[in-house]
Amino acid sequence: MHPYQYIPATNITEAVSALARYGNRARILAGGTDLLVQLRGERYELDAVVDAKAIPELVELTLDGGLTIGAAVPCYQVYENLAIAAAFPGIIDAASLIGGIQIQSRASLGGNLCNSTPSADGICPLIVHSGVVTITGVDGTRTMPVEEFSTGPGRNALGNGEMLISINLPKPAAHFGAAYQRFIPRNEMDIAVVGVASAITLDATGQKVESARIALASVGPTPIFAKQASEFLAGQTATEETFAKAGAIASTEATPISDMRGTIKQRHHLVEVLTRRTLVQAVRRARGNA
Amino acid sequence: MTQIPEQQFVHKVPVQCTLNGQSTEFLAAPYLSLLEILRETLGLTGTKEGCNDGNCGACTVNVDGRIVDSCLMLGVEAQGKNIETIEGVAPAGGLHPLQQAFLEEAALQCGICTPGFLVSAKALLEAEPNADEHRIRLWLAGNLCRCTGYDKIIRAVEKAREEMK
Ligand SMILES: Cc1cc2nc3c(=O)[nH]c(=O)nc-3n(C[C@H](O)[C@H](O)[C@H](O)COP(=O)(O)OP(=O)(O)OC[C@H]3O[C@@H](n4cnc5c(N)ncnc54)[C@H](O)[C@@H]3O)c2cc1C
Ligand code: FES
Ligand code: FES
Repeated sequence: MHPYQYIPATNITEAVSALARYGNRARILAGGTDLLVQLRGERYELDAVVDAKAIPELVELTLDGGLTIGAAVPCYQVYENLAIAAAFPGIIDAASLIGGIQIQSRASLGGNLCNSTPSADGICPLIVHSGVVTITGVDGTRTMPVEEFSTGPGRNALGNGEMLISINLPKPAAHFGAAYQRFIPRNEMDIAVVGVASAITLDATGQKVESARIALASVGPTPIFAKQASEFLAGQTATEETFAKAGAIASTEATPISDMRGTIKQRHHLVEVLTRRTLVQAVRRARGNA
Repeated sequence: MTQIPEQQFVHKVPVQCTLNGQSTEFLAAPYLSLLEILRETLGLTGTKEGCNDGNCGACTVNVDGRIVDSCLMLGVEAQGKNIETIEGVAPAGGLHPLQQAFLEEAALQCGICTPGFLVSAKALLEAEPNADEHRIRLWLAGNLCRCTGYDKIIRAVEKAREEMK
């Protein structure tokens, strides 16, 4: 393994200038549950890792209607917060199933997003909760919707010297619910064959869908925002039949491959099933009887 | 142990932390894991290496009250932290109720996984003294055992839970 320096950054400017100085020879260290495995496996070499866990903005977790999740906040801090769990159920589903307890002590949703695997469990829930990322580099700060962040397997919108600061989720509307489910061969500690996140806003009667957002994991080169299935649901009655139709549409938006974890056919099928199930669960949560 | 070509030397970093209740200082090459520092630099070989990639939990230690895989944390990240390893689990001259229960229930065979299970289970029972079987199984999902088939481990943790009440 190539030796690397450890740079403990205490503010964003320090971190960004270290990233700029080392070019692609340095990366941010959040929980290290991807980074340290990859370095040890010699997937790439670095000359420095920049520890972001002492930067205030990166460890911020603020619920003020909306939710700000600092990029390095470990999963357990998110799911142990009962107020967050109540308002952002899709995020909690993901944070509590990434790895086991040891991994959740360190792994962050920011790291999950920046690692940018199509199978990441954290990204689709952030998409359906309408998350927006804040990115800072030497040239300043910009924002973008989470669904635009991943650009390919292991690739994302971060330019050289840029880092993720936080993920901001807007305050959910009244009668809002969300859920994330994945299919894995085991009960825990495995990589999703398919994952689906759904979020739904019902009208005041709780019977009609006002709007919905669906996102798919592990069925394309990036997590996929299923735009057509999401748009189809607006104005529909919230029944299982409607949700099955949405599942069929979502399946046409998936572009899976066959690999050791599953075939194309199985993955299309799983998208249908999990879309329906997550919508049913999201509706139960929206009606307040999860 | 990580093999580093000598010509690519990077400076060691002084680290100060609390280790099993004692203030401890060491010099760490920045790319070494906490697991490597514990075993190779500090001679605390109770913490085991199983997979070295976060899957097995044999290397579990407690950092500021949270269990972590020490193979997925850098030694330099220990700066300022309060760390407990398996060496800190037993009271002076005795055994922790978990250790006693593991012996009585024959919850170990080769023993490689045992320190990790003990450190994990201790953190659970301290935080949740009434953890039921389901909760214990879920909590220990990040600890793998290739010998016992788990049932004996779960029984031992439930026995220790009653002991600790
Ligand atoms: C045993 C095990 C089980 C796992 N189970 C799951 C699972 O069930 N589901 C799942 O989705 N993942 C899983 N993972 C993968 C991993 O734990 C997650 O992806 C985790 O969320 C990564 O977060 P981290 O904080 O550890 O990231 P790190 O490893 O610190 O970083 C990951 C990558 O993102 C970059 N990065 C991190 N933060 C920033 C930032 N602020 N700005 C720019 N770049 C940044 C790093 O440089 C690195 O390239 C598992 C890993 C292990 C070892
Ligand atoms: S050795 Fe650390 S988890 Fe296996
Ligand atoms: S006793 Fe051998 S791995 Fe658990």
